[in-house]
Amino acid sequence: MSQKLVVIGAGMASGKMLEELFELDASAYDVTLFGAEPRGNYNRIMLSPVLSGEKAYEDIITHDANWYRGHGVNCRFNEAVIKIDRKQKRVISAGGVTNYDKLVIATGSASFFIPVEGNDLPGVIRFRDLDDVEAMLVAAKKPAGKVVIIGGGLLGLEAAAALNEQGMKVTVLHLMGHLMERQLDSAAGYLLQKELESRGIRIICNAHTNAIVGGDKVEAVLLDDQSTHLADIVVMAAGIRPEVRLGIESGLHTERGIVVDDTMQTSDPDILAVGECVEHDDTVYGLVAPLYDMAKVLARTLLGEAAAFKAPEVSTKLKVTGVDLFSVGDFGEDHEEIVFRDPGLGVYKRITLNNNRIVGLVMYGDTSDSSWFFDKLKSAEDISDIRGALIYGSAAQGIDPLTAVAAMPETAEICGCNGVCKGTIVAAINGGATDLAAIKAVTKASASCGSCTGLVEQVLAATLGDDFVAPAAAGICGCTDLTHEDIRQIIKSRGLKSMPAAMQEMGWKTSCGCHVCRPALNYYMIAEYPLDYADDLQSRFVNERNHANIQKDGTYSVMPRMWGGMTTPDELRAIADAADKYNVPAVHVTGGQRIDLLGVKREDLPAMWADLNAAGMVSGHAYSKGVRTVKTCVGTDFCRFGTQDSTGLGITLEKILWGSWTPHKVKLGVSGCPRNCAEATCKDVGIICVDSGYEVSVAGAAGMELKQTVALAKASTEQEVIDLTVAFIQLYRESAAYLDRPYKWVAKVGIAWVIEQVVDDAVNRAALCERFEISQSVYRKDPWAEQAKPEYQPRKWAALADLTLEAAQ
Amino acid sequence: MSNWIDIAALDDIPPRGARVVKTRLGCVAIFRTIDDQVFAIDDACPHKKGPLSEGIVHGNAVTCPLHNWVIDLETGMAKGADKGRVNTYEIRVENGRILLDGSRLLARSVA
Repeated sequence: MSQKLVVIGAGMASGKMLEELFELDASAYDVTLFGAEPRGNYNRIMLSPVLSGEKAYEDIITHDANWYRGHGVNCRFNEAVIKIDRKQKRVISAGGVTNYDKLVIATGSASFFIPVEGNDLPGVIRFRDLDDVEAMLVAAKKPAGKVVIIGGGLLGLEAAAALNEQGMKVTVLHLMGHLMERQLDSAAGYLLQKELESRGIRIICNAHTNAIVGGDKVEAVLLDDQSTHLADIVVMAAGIRPEVRLGIESGLHTERGIVVDDTMQTSDPDILAVGECVEHDDTVYGLVAPLYDMAKVLARTLLGEAAAFKAPEVSTKLKVTGVDLFSVGDFGEDHEEIVFRDPGLGVYKRITLNNNRIVGLVMYGDTSDSSWFFDKLKSAEDISDIRGALIYGSAAQGIDPLTAVAAMPETAEICGCNGVCKGTIVAAINGGATDLAAIKAVTKASASCGSCTGLVEQVLAATLGDDFVAPAAAGICGCTDLTHEDIRQIIKSRGLKSMPAAMQEMGWKTSCGCHVCRPALNYYMIAEYPLDYADDLQSRFVNERNHANIQKDGTYSVMPRMWGGMTTPDELRAIADAADKYNVPAVHVTGGQRIDLLGVKREDLPAMWADLNAAGMVSGHAYSKGVRTVKTCVGTDFCRFGTQDSTGLGITLEKILWGSWTPHKVKLGVSGCPRNCAEATCKDVGIICVDSGYEVSVAGAAGMELKQTVALAKASTEQEVIDLTVAFIQLYRESAAYLDRPYKWVAKVGIAWVIEQVVDDAVNRAALCERFEISQSVYRKDPWAEQAKPEYQPRKWAALADLTLEAAQ
Repeated sequence: MSNWIDIAALDDIPPRGARVVKTRLGCVAIFRTIDDQVFAIDDACPHKKGPLSEGIVHGNAVTCPLHNWVIDLETGMAKGADKGRVNTYEIRVENGRILLDGSRLLARSVA
């Protein structure tokens, strides 16, 4: 007589298990199948195409009524199991009691509802089964319906694309910094976001949901930043949790999932489990391939055959029409990477290697070779022999890059930006253009985005043969071949407003840059998009991240601002008190007319700042690539030679300029008469007051080089001085290479051009001043006051943990 | 023998950033890379003891804030032409929590 098998859950894992079981031995068990849904098994991973309208429910049914009947399965659909009675070996459901010899739990998983107010309002929908899809489709029928999707992972994005197809206005809220962060790196996440946004989907990353609001049904989602997003429905796609209620209540060993061994047996030998509800070897699974592997093992276990589940490599593809992405592997053990980017085509590929074996792979835009790479990953093949051309995929194997270029037809396009084909470049070379610069000048190839530079050089090498001399790299660092000027230009022309966007669109050769390029990129985007670009603290040098100057022993120096070099007894007392309170070992008067407190411990910084703030002082930005000081003399206030109020002008200038970021530091001086006590003529901007007004000069230096300033213009009023100064600094901010002081920048662009832009063209001067003000609306504030706030203490200034008090083992 | 200590949540460290754990042997820098790997190394550059936790993190490496030595987070070795190495410690992430192996940090004598 057959044994009684009861299966709880009629999803894909149990469906596969039953198929396997019947194939191996159709008569071993009498099967009773409970399902909470009113229908049998269907291909749940194809719900997205049903939602988008590309498929119908009928297309995705895997087991219909005939199948169940044919295999003698007693179907108890639309009937949830309430309880498992392990002692009596029976399950209790609405329909009564059912005995078992063997029990299989396949309850799958449930959507995780983020714990905020309103998450139970009508209209908050999960995305797990056909009922959910139907509920969404009803909402999609309403004209101009709005949906907010919480979660930018696989499921959320499939829902977003599908509902967008259905004509809804879609907003995706994602907690993390980029989409699908578990499968994709930030570069691929950026490309995906760009593609989805081009379809009209709004995507907000770093979105912390505060509440879901509404009366008798959902109306909007409120974020922590107080922004409100209207919604007719909210789709909860913030993750799934194994559905383990039955496991816990019946006392089975349950962690995140119901724990099973390699044979899929739970802690009770007569109860087995399969699918998303189980935990095997500390891992829970949510993708179909491993679940099918489990199902095959379970079928054999039920028949007494030996079988063992082994955790497989799991790859991810997103089922959104027109989006090609592939991700696999563990990024946890690599330390080498090969990156390929084609900004023109929107292609990004990244292979991570460990010990000459592929351990991880992210592909976006072109996934044609994904299975070729995946095979190499699974077989742990040693790729050292093919490493040079590995990233180009299967087609490039056995061909060295030069031969490939030599074999290209004359009509092949090399430079996509300027439409230059190989024949044109070869003709230019034969005509005497024998280096990259000459080809750039003659043909414009590689003159725009520069991403084809390597290819142009290969054409050069192939054409010239032994005469070719490889040029020294012109790039700002090993991550790119682009110069600072190229980078600024591209950031502006392509509207690049994030680190991943910049690195992808400019074809960065590493996945996340280095200490040379990241601060430069960060500055360029701050300067170009002060309102849109979020300052990336992790791309800042320590001094700018900690708002203090690091010293050789790891302590810091703290220097409060003294406007125009003026101070008061109260300020001096506060500085002295701070020096005492925090045991400052050295106090130094600087050349910029300020007082430097040296040797401050990192953990004392916020408290010291708070004390100085309380006395009315703010950061002196002595650590920044930004405006530092305005040095003044006492001018007409006290000096018998003073011609103008140089002190007052200096203070006014400093109050306008402070807090702004610049390519390198900027120091100013205002002297009240030509005796020049404020040494204005070796500053970046120097102002000398004279009887008739003011002489403004720029581009001085008194560091490694010594340079006197050159005249910019004469001015008759303070306001003119201010406008000229601000416009000059803004022009420097907008066009200099990162880490070029103004004197270096002026030497490159020429003082005549600067005068043209700042002095001669009054409209342009006003526009420069206006753009500076826009930037200052964000940056003219005291970073010390911000960073001394209590909320920064645990997340920035405090140690992560203190093990000094832990007992020794 | 390992002695895994739960020190913090992964999210307590910004991606491409680091925080320190105080120990009796000095500070240990805990790094989080752009793809959420974590590494633990001594918070002192082999060159002039610069606080590596304050460096710019790129790939699986950090650049010391004092003189731009680049240290491989996985091996603790200086990269490029520079020669030197810092201690590395076993560390892993489980359920969003960072676990540090304290066996060496706690076992070695304090004296």
